[in-house]
Amino acid sequence: MAPRLGKVTVLSALDDAHLADVTTSEASLRRFLHGLPGVDEVGAEARAAGLSTRSIKTTAKQFAIDLAISMIDLTTLEGQDTPGKVRALCAKALRPDPTDRDVPRVAAVCVYPDLVGVAAEALAGSGVKVASVATGFPSGRTSLAVKEADTREAVAAGADEVDMVIDRGAFLAGHYRQVFDEIATVKQAAGAAHLKVILETGELATYDNVRRASWLAMLAGADFVKTSTGKVSPAATLPVTLVMLEAVRDFRDASGRQVGVKPAGGIRTSKDAIKYLVVVNETAGEDWLDPDWFRIGASSLLNDLLMQRQKLATGRYAGPDYFTLD
Amino acid sequence: MTKFEYAPAPESSAIVDIKSSYGLFVDGTFVDPVDGTSFKSVNPATEEVLADVAEAGAADVNRAVAAARTAYENTWSTMSGRDRGKYLFRIARLIQERSRELAVLESIDNGKPIRESRDVDVPLVASFFFYYAGWADKLQYAGAGPAPRPYGVAAQVIPWNFPLLMLSWKIAPALAAGNTVVLKPAETTPLTALLFAEICQQADLPPGVVNIITGAGDTGRMLVEHDDVDKVAFTGSTDVGKAIARSVAGTSKKATLELGGKAANVVFEDAALDQAVEGVVNGIFFNQGHVCCAGSRLLVQESVYDEVLDRLKRRVGTLRLGDPLDKNTDVGAINSAEQLARIRELSDVGETEGAERWSPACELPDRGYWFPPTLFTGVSQAHRIAREEIFGPVLSVLTFRTPAEAVEKANNTPYGLSAGVWTEKGSRILWMSQQLRAGVVWANTFNKFDPASPFGGYKESGYGREGGRHGLLSYLNTEEK
Amino acid sequence: MSERLAVKKTYKLAIGGKFPRSESGRSYQVADSAGEFLANAAWASRKDARDAVAAARKAFPGWSGATAYNRGQVLYRVAEVMEGRRAQFVDEVARGEGLARQRAEKAVDEAIDRWVWYAGWADKIAHVVGSSNSVAGPYFDFSVPEPTGVVAVLAPQRSSLLGLVSVLAPAVVSGNTVVLAASYERPLPAITLSEVLATSDVPGGVVNVLTGRVGDTAPALASHMDVNAIDLAGAAGDTEHAHELELAAAENLKRVVRAPGAEPDWTAEPGLERITAHLETKTVWHPVGI
Repeated sequence: MAPRLGKVTVLSALDDAHLADVTTSEASLRRFLHGLPGVDEVGAEARAAGLSTRSIKTTAKQFAIDLAISMIDLTTLEGQDTPGKVRALCAKALRPDPTDRDVPRVAAVCVYPDLVGVAAEALAGSGVKVASVATGFPSGRTSLAVKEADTREAVAAGADEVDMVIDRGAFLAGHYRQVFDEIATVKQAAGAAHLKVILETGELATYDNVRRASWLAMLAGADFVKTSTGKVSPAATLPVTLVMLEAVRDFRDASGRQVGVKPAGGIRTSKDAIKYLVVVNETAGEDWLDPDWFRIGASSLLNDLLMQRQKLATGRYAGPDYFTLD
Repeated sequence: MTKFEYAPAPESSAIVDIKSSYGLFVDGTFVDPVDGTSFKSVNPATEEVLADVAEAGAADVNRAVAAARTAYENTWSTMSGRDRGKYLFRIARLIQERSRELAVLESIDNGKPIRESRDVDVPLVASFFFYYAGWADKLQYAGAGPAPRPYGVAAQVIPWNFPLLMLSWKIAPALAAGNTVVLKPAETTPLTALLFAEICQQADLPPGVVNIITGAGDTGRMLVEHDDVDKVAFTGSTDVGKAIARSVAGTSKKATLELGGKAANVVFEDAALDQAVEGVVNGIFFNQGHVCCAGSRLLVQESVYDEVLDRLKRRVGTLRLGDPLDKNTDVGAINSAEQLARIRELSDVGETEGAERWSPACELPDRGYWFPPTLFTGVSQAHRIAREEIFGPVLSVLTFRTPAEAVEKANNTPYGLSAGVWTEKGSRILWMSQQLRAGVVWANTFNKFDPASPFGGYKESGYGREGGRHGLLSYLNTEEK
Repeated sequence: MSERLAVKKTYKLAIGGKFPRSESGRSYQVADSAGEFLANAAWASRKDARDAVAAARKAFPGWSGATAYNRGQVLYRVAEVMEGRRAQFVDEVARGEGLARQRAEKAVDEAIDRWVWYAGWADKIAHVVGSSNSVAGPYFDFSVPEPTGVVAVLAPQRSSLLGLVSVLAPAVVSGNTVVLAASYERPLPAITLSEVLATSDVPGGVVNVLTGRVGDTAPALASHMDVNAIDLAGAAGDTEHAHELELAAAENLKRVVRAPGAEPDWTAEPGLERITAHLETKTVWHPVGI
């Protein structure tokens, strides 16, 4: 049955004027965020679990695997990263499976700011974006000036996308205006680069907080809301992503602006990735089934998708020795 | 064409072996009915005939009750509770081992989505046997006195909406308490009960402890009215429930009745709306709305009416209707032509009475019995669709302004089986759960079932409880000898 | 000096906290066990039964909504006030049941003590019949007893006070409200008890007492669609009448306490059966999450 979407007046109290009003002060921001509908943990998790029982087979699976590959932000964020490592990763991003030219490219390569130049050079003209974490990733415990500088440097070095972290301490302390201002400032510093705002949902602890932080980020100008740094456990989960997808869906209904979602960390298998796509499809809807609006931050996931892809094509189970490790 | 089209993902039906004809399960073996009549069980998704099933007449009912009586006197009532429990544990394990087969057969015979028979019905069936198995040797702790006794022979008549699950709610506590049973499944869904009979054979359950006779209303009536029956348990319509209450009047038979409902699902403005919408959808579209405790009346606080309705419609639009055996199907087939006719009739009445009808764009298969998920808005308490049990995927939407008005409307029905309440305010949840005159109150959830949790209605939704210690007491005689 | 002319008591119905005569204007003669005239009692009609049900329904939210502690105190207060009118009860029981004074005293004492016994159950019955249910999932799930609603009670015909209390107290202790059809031949203790209840903090309408022919009121009560349960104790031994009433009660699926073959020995330990017969079990689920 095809979804038939009418005009949805979600958060009917929130007309355009109101949307600007809510960010005028700490108090109005707090009132608004605390006025958002709550999230029942058990219900949200049950919904995510229910969606994860969808059985995606044959043609649907082919479609989903290629879509998932095209949505990957192929990521390396290690202290031991080197230009060589980044170049190798970029090569993988451009040609995920050297034996099969039909495999789509990934969406982006995600690196630390100091390696942006290396990635930009390797990916130049390919259409694969360079994403850089910034703002004192992963903890974000630096001054705003440092965060701004961090962002500017990354963009100057060629980053198309900036993955910033929010100040979770400030958020948990209820200093919403401070978090808002930081995001807005970084957004400005990022200029034309797309801004992904990492909520670090593993530290926010509740789905209510995830929903509020998502709205806060969107109100402050985020182009994407992203779950995690990958440095905190739990990283991305299906229900957290569900809640964020509900938020971007509702935000578009209220404001007309579409914001993307990026789960990152912990998504390692094709089966997992397909579950996320099902949740996207049945929560925010197919408008988000596009690398412009949904990304998956991952590294080892890519090879599993490639193996599954080959299994579908040949009928044989694939082995890891046949896929490149970079 | 949607972007992400889920390819068909049918569960294989090869695992089930449907015989062309079935006899009655009496005294441990399958036997032909005395007068040889039969009826057909049909796959409601395709209208294909599945099997010929024996129709038990008076002589067959006599034979089954006699087998149950003999087994009660000679075997089951004299066996230690520990051993009775072990048989039930065996059955629970066999159900788990044969779960796929049971789920597929249930979906074929009933029309419910395999997702539900696989993830809800069959696991719950196993859990009911597992739960009551553990009671069998602990009856003296059940609160029915130091030496509680079974009643004897239990006549059990179950409906078609949860064929196996209702079987487990009936048979597991009855056997744990030491009764023997004659069970009659619904005429449109006899096949899993007959497969269960095979499981009883595999478990080496002594002959006659469980007898399964198939047939329609007449068979059920003869069974319930049989003189040598001590206990009657029925799940089904309130009309039949009343007839049973009349038939046991003036006898010493005890009755447990689980009957109809017209549950209100009350959504307050401060609810967790996404989960509330999920709960509303689950409340009425789970099992095609063939649920006695279905949340068939949505009561929404006026201040969030538009928002809830928009979200609800959007969500209903994502429901996938079709082949019950497809693992991605959310809404399966209506169980019978008769039930489909009733749903259509009441829905037409809803329109005639001025309520506004809405269904998502939804293609119905050509063959089989189908009805799209349907909402009625602009419904008031005076509408028939707000008062009568439709037993289908049809939701009536009403509004309220204050908690007191919500309670008044929710309770304004002769039924009292279940109710739902959605609010993030703790004290209001507890207040509502006190005010609602219903046997089960789901707060911030809906349609949850568990063997440890007593279930049953107030008022015309019946009496007695199933599940938990209370459900066990329905099968224990507390009167002094 | 002539002897003082006694003021004779008028025995009336008790409906909704008031003591009306039957709307029918009829009464009947009540005699003692020796056949001597005792009093005229109101002969309640079907309409009186209807009014009594309406009064009981009206009283239900308040009584069922009272705290169990409060109901327990009210029931204990009934015992206290009965104690004060012990002599009157003894007299009525002795003459009505034809008991020797000592046996009548014992019956009255038992009846008073039975209120005390039941009073204590008000805030304990939930411990015994309620439960916390360990379900397989992240839910807090509990079951609590709740009163079923309006209960029609046919009081025992023979045991006019102890039997009466033994069927009335278990119905009201949990929060039900009651329409009681008193013993036809021995109605006086029921009427006197209704006066006791009125002065014992029992809210009006919680216990409504009808006197007269059970054959008039009982069918009206058994078939009444706003009565939730019926105790047929008063039809003991009358199989045919009990059967008819049970059939009528099926119309709205009343919870029925069946009539025994013969009136039981009311001095026996009551047990919980009559309390639980008028209870519903309500199960509440709530998710457990953050």
